[in-house]
Amino acid sequence: MSVAAQKRYTAKDFKSAVKPIWCPGCGDYAVLNALAKALAELGRPPEEIAIVSGIGCSSRIPAYTSVYGFHGVHGRALPLATGLKLARPDLTVIVTGGDGDGFSIGGNHFLHACRRNVDLTYVVMDNQVFGMTKGQASPTTPPDWEGSKLTPEGTGVNPFQPLAIGLAAGANFVARCFSGDPNNMAAILLEGIRHPGFSLIQVLSPCITFRPEQMEWKRVVRTAPVDFTEDAARAARRLMTDDGFNVGKVLYRGSRPAYAHERPARATSLAELEREFSL
Amino acid sequence: MLDQMEGSRAVAEAVALCRPQVICAYPISPQTHIVEALGEMVKSGRLGGCEFINVESEFAAMSVAIGACAAGARAYTATASQGLLFMVEALYNAAGLGLPIVMTVANRAIGAPINIWNDHGDAMSQRDCGWIQLFAETNQEALDLHIQAFRLAEELSVPVMVCMDGFILTHAFERVDIPEARQVDAYLPAYEPRQVLDVHEPVSIGAMVGPEAFMEVRYLAHAKQMMALERIPEYALGFREIFGRDAGGLVRGYRSEDAEIVVVALGSVLGTIKDVIDELREAGIRAGVLGICCFRPWPMEAVREALRDARCVVVLEKSLAVGIGGIVATNVRTALAGFAVAVHAVIAGLGGRAITRSSLAAMVRAGVDGSLPALGFLDLDRAVVERALERERRTRRSGPIAENVLRDIGVVAARIA
Repeated sequence: MSVAAQKRYTAKDFKSAVKPIWCPGCGDYAVLNALAKALAELGRPPEEIAIVSGIGCSSRIPAYTSVYGFHGVHGRALPLATGLKLARPDLTVIVTGGDGDGFSIGGNHFLHACRRNVDLTYVVMDNQVFGMTKGQASPTTPPDWEGSKLTPEGTGVNPFQPLAIGLAAGANFVARCFSGDPNNMAAILLEGIRHPGFSLIQVLSPCITFRPEQMEWKRVVRTAPVDFTEDAARAARRLMTDDGFNVGKVLYRGSRPAYAHERPARATSLAELEREFSL
Repeated sequence: MLDQMEGSRAVAEAVALCRPQVICAYPISPQTHIVEALGEMVKSGRLGGCEFINVESEFAAMSVAIGACAAGARAYTATASQGLLFMVEALYNAAGLGLPIVMTVANRAIGAPINIWNDHGDAMSQRDCGWIQLFAETNQEALDLHIQAFRLAEELSVPVMVCMDGFILTHAFERVDIPEARQVDAYLPAYEPRQVLDVHEPVSIGAMVGPEAFMEVRYLAHAKQMMALERIPEYALGFREIFGRDAGGLVRGYRSEDAEIVVVALGSVLGTIKDVIDELREAGIRAGVLGICCFRPWPMEAVREALRDARCVVVLEKSLAVGIGGIVATNVRTALAGFAVAVHAVIAGLGGRAITRSSLAAMVRAGVDGSLPALGFLDLDRAVVERALERERRTRRSGPIAENVLRDIGVVAARIA
């Protein structure tokens, strides 16, 4: 066993020297801490991990960690991470971002990333608002929120349901946690990272600047009453009555094999090729 | 009515006076304040008869505008930078279909590296997509150009982009004269679409056109822009009659009639250049300015007339055509083909770098004494560039470019991004 493999990591090993510029009280601080803790427990050295993001407050996470990072174009983190994982299947690839980046401008990629089931862990810090552009409604914003001038009467449309849509699109691991419970969050993140295929983890992470009412979330969230299921239909039924505040447990653990990197060997001789076509 | 307000607000006031029927919005700096102000007007009831929709991306914003406009509605949106690039496919679509959408572009740099500050890289990347491109020098002109833009777009059935410098104009508070509704109504007739949803003549828009007619349809887009070259000065004159001030037009000279050296530029930097020209005139240098208000269509004749008698032309541009240099300068050289005028391109202000009076004055003096190269870069730190190139020569695995440069100059990337 190499010296590196014997090293025991701490959360500190996965943080960079860059100080986050999030607002005081932002839920994303706790997500960063939990992620660093989960990576320490994972036990892989920083150079075997990559974090990819798009644009937004939560998409700054790569800069705040010591692992390989990529700060990409708005909404394109998932396809970018897919490319990275295909090129370097040996790396643990984590995608971080927000509800705007992932479900609005990047919504189509979200569907296909779930479908494709590449071995990625997608951590979505959901604060139901575009924070970086100073507080506009996102796809997960409740229809009656009138806090933005871009949605003068509230959005008037039903919010995007990340877990239900992720499940329906084929995500292989689905969970929700709350930034106010960092230990539980770290445990779920670790589980998601270890689970093969596409893992979707929604983190309720309050934006106290543009959605100060989200400070109430700590009183509203509850530990989900049941443990995970391996039956997608059962998970879907649970989501039918879900109000978005059941947190702290994995909802669904699928067994679909992750997108395969290995292709069947291609014919190298004419005779072999001929055999492929013979009945 | 005179008022003191942010540039974004002034544009929103102008757009509201034009009575759009559909506005689509997706937030992106430095444009967001414009659509936020419009959203507020819709909410308060000040902007009646308008559907305001917050969409999921810029691609959606332009596509919604296309759908609305194809159905005969006056449609407006605004964007910047990455947002403009994300909607490129729809931009070509709107232009090819001849849909008179008006859009504000709050000019901002294009990444990578990520940068939110002003330059013209976004609009310049779309110079050939078939949209008319007007560049505002001041907030007043930005306001005025929007009113002209709707008239121009609808008369010719061509989409129009009104470009204004991000932050420098959009976020600057200035005194502006807000026109009265009756003035705008007198200037801008009700929209009479060339194509409507007509039950007697139903069509499916978006025809497949093969080699038999594709060139003709594309040529018609060009022909319309050539027509715009005639309309734009007419509409600027008509604007003056109703609103009592100059705005728009193709090009605008300043102390350029007898100038031996003329600086050509677009947008808000013209103000700084004019100050410098005044100083240089006092020092005895016969210098002038030519502001390009209409960049697409390219006002070939007007530029030629304005510059043909100069000895030297310096095109100061806030965008870089990687691999050749100046975009505007290339256009200017085309206009001056056959004339013995030296044309220099000077790339300046990329990603928000300040364009200072002292640097501009030195640039003009270099133009006068003949030491200005054909392609120059204002205030480029060559030592930084040389060190980066040296790193790449030294080692194959030299690492990511932007991060290396920031480390070199002692800045941590994530602190300023």
